[in-house]
Amino acid sequence: MTNTRKTQLAFAAIAVLLMIIGFAQSWNVSLGILNLCLISAVMALGVNMQWGYAGLLNVGVMGFAALGGMSAVLVSQAPIVEAWNAGWERLFIAAFCFGGTIAATVFCYRKLAPGRNRNLALTLVIVAGLSLTRVFLDPAISSIEAIEPAKTGFLGGLGLPIIFSWLVGGFVAAGIAWCIGKVALGLRADYLAIATLGISEIIIAVLKNEDWLTRGVKNVTGLSRPVPYEIDLQASDWFIDLMRWWHSGSLAAIDASAGQQALKQFVIDGSSIFVKLCYTGLFAGVLIVVLLLSVRALNSPWGRMMRAIRDNEIAAGAMGKDVTRRHLEIFVIGSAVIGIAGAMLTTLDGQFTPTSYQPLRFTFLIWVMVIVGGSGNNMGSVLGGFLIWLVWIEAEPVGVWMMQAGTGWLDESNALRLHLIENAQHMRLFFMGLVLLLVLRFSPGGILPEVVRKQKNTV
Amino acid sequence: MEAVTDFTSALVLLLNFIVVPGLSYGSQLALGALGITLVFGILRFANFAHGDTMAFGTMITILVTWWLQSKGVSLGPLPTALLALPAGILLTILLLVITDKSVYRYYRQRKAVPVTFMIASMGVMFMTNGIVRFVIGPNDQRFLDGERFIVRARDFKAATGLAEGLSIKVSQGLTIVIAIILVALLFWFLQKTRTGKAMRAYSDNEDLALLSGVDPDRVVLVTWIITAILATIAGTLYGLDKSFKPFTYLQLLLPMFAAAIVGGIGNPIGAILGGYVIAFSEVIVTYAYKKVFIYLLPQSLEPEGLLQLLSTDYKFAVSFVILVLVLLVRPTGILRGKVL
Repeated sequence: MTNTRKTQLAFAAIAVLLMIIGFAQSWNVSLGILNLCLISAVMALGVNMQWGYAGLLNVGVMGFAALGGMSAVLVSQAPIVEAWNAGWERLFIAAFCFGGTIAATVFCYRKLAPGRNRNLALTLVIVAGLSLTRVFLDPAISSIEAIEPAKTGFLGGLGLPIIFSWLVGGFVAAGIAWCIGKVALGLRADYLAIATLGISEIIIAVLKNEDWLTRGVKNVTGLSRPVPYEIDLQASDWFIDLMRWWHSGSLAAIDASAGQQALKQFVIDGSSIFVKLCYTGLFAGVLIVVLLLSVRALNSPWGRMMRAIRDNEIAAGAMGKDVTRRHLEIFVIGSAVIGIAGAMLTTLDGQFTPTSYQPLRFTFLIWVMVIVGGSGNNMGSVLGGFLIWLVWIEAEPVGVWMMQAGTGWLDESNALRLHLIENAQHMRLFFMGLVLLLVLRFSPGGILPEVVRKQKNTV
Repeated sequence: MEAVTDFTSALVLLLNFIVVPGLSYGSQLALGALGITLVFGILRFANFAHGDTMAFGTMITILVTWWLQSKGVSLGPLPTALLALPAGILLTILLLVITDKSVYRYYRQRKAVPVTFMIASMGVMFMTNGIVRFVIGPNDQRFLDGERFIVRARDFKAATGLAEGLSIKVSQGLTIVIAIILVALLFWFLQKTRTGKAMRAYSDNEDLALLSGVDPDRVVLVTWIITAILATIAGTLYGLDKSFKPFTYLQLLLPMFAAAIVGGIGNPIGAILGGYVIAFSEVIVTYAYKKVFIYLLPQSLEPEGLLQLLSTDYKFAVSFVILVLVLLVRPTGILRGKVL
């Protein structure tokens, strides 16, 4: 079966599954899953760039997604003027000191000859610089966090529409990725994996603890939305008219007073579906843009070069390709895409909760998507994103249902039965691992394997 | 005279809050890192499932401990978990041997690249994690019983007349003693027995070892068995000392990797050294030194802040920074491990 055929079939199957969920559970649930499928697909595309094109093992997906989420907060929240007034001078001096420390460190590292003297100088510069930074930073933080800690206690953001944060999230993630890449990309694959794992944990720790920046574990709720609110929709005439028109068939069949009641219900249900559809449109737009660009990039000379580097670094190096630079490039671009997806996710949630970032959900699940979908194949990653997210979400009700059915012969209050039903949701981790291992073993290319274009014979 | 007491008090403070916790946490990390380094040396991949292997072994130990407790069995002052350890170890060996036969062996025969092994180990991590959460749930579990302290802070103060107390928990004492015994046994095994020598030869030069008649299947099997023993004991000791939570064990992966790499990956002595380096740096950097300086400095110079270099939440950052520094300055680790 060709890849195109498989793609069509697979996406048709997913559409059918979503329809089944729509009819069996509700359209609200179905659209909710679809939205997260779209976000997962974007994230998987980002990982696929790093792993599929270039063979870079990034196990820090969670961190970049969280950076995107942070951008959503920093872009959309209104600035807290009192907090800025309380601490901005010292904050800027601290930032200046920190920047100076880094500059001085780099300067010492480059200009001094390697040896004991350089190590001593580097240690001195770093210790002194960081201490100086702390001298200004600590009072700034405590004065910022002292401003209405129960309500705000942080600097707030720029007060811009949240949709800008998708772009900003990409840039922030790209910036951090550049710093990490500069340090870690010279290392071999397993070390890069461990380094990125560490970085992502540190990013989460920073987001959890730096209350002045993100409110930490106090969370930021009620982020603004790029789409209308349900409550406004329910009050607006055009929407009620739209619902009346949409449901005109069923409304005509019943009498006027019951019709009023029914219309009210239609409007309430319709508004939440409408909002979800708006999100679907936005996310699908982003996905299509990213996907088109990725396809173009992968098929361009640049993409061929990336794959050449992936398949044989030494040979590519001998052909004059700057392997480390190209790796840095793709690492930054892939992380930016993950950052965009992270910002989209926070936008959809409407809140930023640093504690919700867990490596199994945000790093390893995305990896399963890429591997199962087909690493090196953009459509494959999108498919993996859809499929795995669907399975991940639906495995919970299905698992509980199966446990209930399987333990039906036990008494209602049997401790074992209750335990099994309560913990059935954790079996989806087991299941995901199994899927990953099976695909890796029996179909290492994934569902849609990478397409290797054969050179035409031009003799 | 007062100066001497103040100085001793400061020392006791450091002993209580840095040396004792550092030693016990370091021993736990060292045991974990030994498992990682052994798998790396023999099977040549970074095992992401190691944290969850620890969680699995600990979970079995906890379940057996609860069963023993319900039967009224106890070890007196020592925790009952020690009695349950063999069961945990046996089942963990079973788990690791099954995963090796069903997952890793295939790639070994195909001579797959290390990255494939790593991704496979992610799959194993998912599955083990799922099992652990399914059986025992995602919440905190405590299973420590028996005596809690070897030395109580109050008794210590009464005995010495100092203002500061020293307390050593049974779990801390046990950790250090068991770690010493285990490491001694491991080194005896690696240096003196035939199988141990075969393992070292295999790790050093696979082809040469195979040529000399080393049985690769046996070497791999023994490696997994030793890894299971180390992982279960390390996990149980960590659980006794702090508490058992599946997620914490997943997070331990980072400091353990750091310990193995910092010491020199593939080198057992390096793993132990790395474990203590990481543990002590974490404790030293996140301890608030205010009280120590109050004792040491004259009253006029008393410090205002907590004098804490980093908040405790950044302990991951510490292991990470050390990891990156070592990778940049001396990629082979402190004691030369395999050049990667």
